Amino acid sequence: MKKLINRPEDVVREALEGFSAAHHDRVMVHTDPAFIARGDAPVAGKVALVSGGGSGHEPMHGGFVGPGMLDAACPGEVFTSPTPDQMLAATQAVDGGAGVLHIVKNYTGDVMNFEMAAELARDAGIAVEQVVIDDDVAVQDSLYTAGRRGVGATVLAEKICGAAAEQGRPLGAVAELCRRVNAEGRSMGLALTSCTTPMAGKPTFELGPGEIELGIGIHGEPGRERRAVVTAGEAVDILATPVLDDLPFKTGDAVLAFVNGMGGTPLMELYIVFNELHRLLDAKGITIARNLVGSYITSLDMAGCSITLLRLDEELTALWDAPVNTPGLRWGA
Amino acid sequence: MSETVFYEGVTAWLRAFAATIAEHRQYLTELDAAIGDADHGVNMDRGMQAVLARLDALAGGTTVALLKGVGMTLVSTVGGAAGPLYGTLFLQMGKAAGDESPSPEVGGASSPTGDTPGAAPGLTLQQWARVMDAGVAGVQARGKAEVGDKTMVDALVPAAATLRAAAAAGLAASEALAQAADAAERGMEATIPLVARKGRASYLGERSAGHQDPGATSASLLMRTAAETLVASRGPTAETPPHPGA
Repeated sequence: MKKLINRPEDVVREALEGFSAAHHDRVMVHTDPAFIARGDAPVAGKVALVSGGGSGHEPMHGGFVGPGMLDAACPGEVFTSPTPDQMLAATQAVDGGAGVLHIVKNYTGDVMNFEMAAELARDAGIAVEQVVIDDDVAVQDSLYTAGRRGVGATVLAEKICGAAAEQGRPLGAVAELCRRVNAEGRSMGLALTSCTTPMAGKPTFELGPGEIELGIGIHGEPGRERRAVVTAGEAVDILATPVLDDLPFKTGDAVLAFVNGMGGTPLMELYIVFNELHRLLDAKGITIARNLVGSYITSLDMAGCSITLLRLDEELTALWDAPVNTPGLRWGA
Repeated sequence: MSETVFYEGVTAWLRAFAATIAEHRQYLTELDAAIGDADHGVNMDRGMQAVLARLDALAGGTTVALLKGVGMTLVSTVGGAAGPLYGTLFLQMGKAAGDESPSPEVGGASSPTGDTPGAAPGLTLQQWARVMDAGVAGVQARGKAEVGDKTMVDALVPAAATLRAAAAAGLAASEALAQAADAAERGMEATIPLVARKGRASYLGERSAGHQDPGATSASLLMRTAAETLVASRGPTAETPPHPGA
């Protein structure tokens, strides 16, 4: 294992300390329990957005804390859900009196921990709504699984709902909007290599030099199928087709196309993927009205990418365009 | 039936479980790497080390407070799915132990005689079986898993059922707990051919078959350490009749 770390057991704490040192002008990093909050939290009268998940997906979620996006993020250990005490402390710290929305990715641990946190927060008198994001079409049989995983649409939901909260919309409306983003978004990813967690010290799974893994999750959990290495054009076809068929996206739709790197893939390759995606959607009469290209929801050092498509309407487009000022995503501010 | 499970036994059980988790940390993580996300051993070890660190602070309290304290510690330190599940197991056991107690305290330093905790009343085997049942029911409610879903429930449910039956049949506590541990182990081994329907392993579909479930494995270790420590740690008063204040 080659990593720029000191001791494996210190990575999350030291990364948080570095994040605090870099961005203390805008965010406040709390420890014991650990959470990252907007520097100006709580914002009186504004619905607060709290998310969280295992570390190793940076910039998600801590990098999305700031005006126009999240009010707080709870980092867990690497690939491990944060705990209810963190979520409760974050919820209490950012509640501005208008209630708190928890945006939860659909993983067994995240869902159970956030459920316990919501019970505790409601006991403490805070109005809490939770929306579970489950946009990964790679998981097909949701009746006999933990259900579809939350992946790329999480980033889009946090941005769009953050903008809605800034407009002063009430908790129920922001939660409903979040459910709509989840309903209109679909994703799928592939891995060229495994990732290596600092504590394990070796690759989470074995992937031969000529193999790729389709339907990969963001925790190095193996996907559903392995096949021989393909070209970027073939990869986009393999990823985009099930995404398009699932919603389904149709001719005449306007979409936000999000090409995401898994952490170990150069931006150059992501643009090649975006180029192929643009060509494929163009041929189907689907307009890419907005796009996001880069590594925003990662899996440590994994090489690979995911494609997320979100069907846009005027409202979602306007909320996407609204100002955002976070360490990981910033425009108009 | 005489009391068999005392505060000291529960403490010894927790120490032994922490030790065996530390010993099997790598093994559990490797099992998890095959079908999950390679963190079960690391997370459980972090949680049980935190429990160990707080055992002394919790000492001198009651079995009820001890079990609840362990539950809250695991909830706040383990993370993942195992945190809320093992946390709920101990929280519900603590709640049930409180319900089983005729007095406000079970196995506490504030026993009527004012003696050391070692002289405090304990739980009968039948009471302890009900406590385990409540804990396992809590796990099922939190995780919404059934036997056969390839989770820790596959080890816990048969263990609790075996313990209940053995207690009803009047078996000695050591024998009943050993049978429960055997049942947990069989449940653990039975997860190998199963296709996972809960947790991250479920994303694998058929590919999850052929691997032993890490959660069922740690749960089996929990039941095995219970058999080895829960009734063997009463000290000099282990064979004395029920406390007069009980």
